[in-house]
Amino acid sequence: MSASTGRPGSAKAAPVARPPDERRENRAGLAFVTPALVLIGVFFFLPVVAGMLLSLTDFDLYALGDLGAVRFVGLHNYATLLASPEFWKALANTFYFVLVGGPLSVALSLAAALLLNEKLVRFKGLFRTVYFAPVVTTLVAVAVVWRYLYHPRFGMLNQALSLVGIAPIDWLGNPRWAIPAIIVMAAWRSFGYNMVIFLAGLQAIPDSVYEAARLDGAGPLRRFWGITLPLLRPTMMFVAVMTMIGYFQLFAEPYVLTAGTGGPANATLTIVMLMYKEGFRWWNMGYAAAVAFVLFLVVLAATSLQLALQRGGRE
Amino acid sequence: MRRRLVSLALHAALVIGAVATLVPLAWMVSASVMPTGEASMFPPRFLPTHTTLAHYRDLFDRLNLGRSFLNSALISISATFFCLILTSLAGYAFARLRFAGRDRLFRSLLAGMVIPAQVAMLPLFLLLKAMGLVNTYWGVLIPYLAPIFGIFMVRQYALSVPQDYLDAARVDGASELRIYWSVVLPLCRPILVTLAVFVFMGTWNDFMWPLIELTDDRLYTLPVALANLSGEHAQDTEMMMAGSVLTVLPVLVLFLALQRYYIEGIMMGGVKE
Repeated sequence: MSASTGRPGSAKAAPVARPPDERRENRAGLAFVTPALVLIGVFFFLPVVAGMLLSLTDFDLYALGDLGAVRFVGLHNYATLLASPEFWKALANTFYFVLVGGPLSVALSLAAALLLNEKLVRFKGLFRTVYFAPVVTTLVAVAVVWRYLYHPRFGMLNQALSLVGIAPIDWLGNPRWAIPAIIVMAAWRSFGYNMVIFLAGLQAIPDSVYEAARLDGAGPLRRFWGITLPLLRPTMMFVAVMTMIGYFQLFAEPYVLTAGTGGPANATLTIVMLMYKEGFRWWNMGYAAAVAFVLFLVVLAATSLQLALQRGGRE
Repeated sequence: MRRRLVSLALHAALVIGAVATLVPLAWMVSASVMPTGEASMFPPRFLPTHTTLAHYRDLFDRLNLGRSFLNSALISISATFFCLILTSLAGYAFARLRFAGRDRLFRSLLAGMVIPAQVAMLPLFLLLKAMGLVNTYWGVLIPYLAPIFGIFMVRQYALSVPQDYLDAARVDGASELRIYWSVVLPLCRPILVTLAVFVFMGTWNDFMWPLIELTDDRLYTLPVALANLSGEHAQDTEMMMAGSVLTVLPVLVLFLALQRYYIEGIMMGGVKE
């Protein structure tokens, strides 16, 4: 796998005779990037392009056994998709995750970072490690844990809520609560990641700016809205885009918390879960490829939109 | 006085946050050593009446989770090894060697980073099926071998390698491969450790790809095996918690040992989870 197939110093690229050093560098450079680029080309870019073509076919279980059975169907899969209530449900759920889970996760990360950045705080390293620990845990394993924490009768969460007089909630069984429950779990697992990025952003703001504001009589809240937030804007944009993209691709959290169903009654079905279900459970691969391509377009549109907002804000 | 109060409030908030963060993990460990049935009692218990390791024994003896553990270890270690070689070669070349089409190639790679990995999964599965690699270790490994973010990380770092070192080695008559191996790799050690931690953890924790690619439960990685068991053995709470501990523990320990490198990696940006 690591053996290079690089064509030594492709002559086409160097029509003019070049000094031996440059030729040597050119040859080495090509040889060094070739193994990685071949892998990425064959096993990533090629499949991405093939995926678009696949979405224009009726590739299904029969085609899996006999490639001759595949037919070109044009945009038929997309038409089916747009007419499918299940697709719209998955799209709506995914946007629910992105638009509610995204801001919530970012706010939680920012709050933790602001607390940790205070000068008076001691044991900063310890707190940072604790808050970060869930990030590195295996998603499937902690999702299994949360499934039990959310148990309506034996779960710790309802037990804790009963202490303040809240009646037991069937977190994962009630369509209204299932998405919030998954968001809470996802936010718990991931907030430490963005917290670290925010901390770096906060530490880059010079103390002198705060000092000046304090001399002008600005209180903590004024300083936060007037200094911290505006100066944190680039970090905020980066974090927001990354978090949003993460929520668009949500799969393992709802998969494990709902035992692979996206239930109750598709209440937690996401776009990627729909793609998985259609493609790898029912083997409707043409149709699933159309779902995947829609995901791509949605992610691309959202990213462009946020980057445009960022650029607009800077001018 | 005011300062003391503020400090107290800050620390109280931080401690509450820390407790809330740790409770799920602490309960996982606690429930994994509870006697059978104790984690499904009303009212729920946080601590076991007495501890037992029976569920861990069951995992290995009855459910063969030791096999999944070895699969996970084998796949994660191989992925890390190959990935370090491939991305360091490419990252160094993109940073420091002038070759035909370099900038265009690098820009294409960066553009590829915005494409969600799931978009490639269906055709990748079909491609691997045609190559006879579905349900094999190599099949699972392939998408992990040359992550674009890895090439990007090494390139950013290799930009800071002093040109004098490279020139001196060339004057001494070292081959380019030799320069990469003896000069560049040692200088890039910190970023390679960071990358290794990322790749190992990412591979260990990954779920969707091994779920798709592996159909034989003897090849399952821990997350896939665990998700599978959580359907069949949903009632065996204590055993599921033991399985979760077994899955989480290696990455948590690795993180605690190397967290400086891990966190520096995040700061470099452009790193996807």
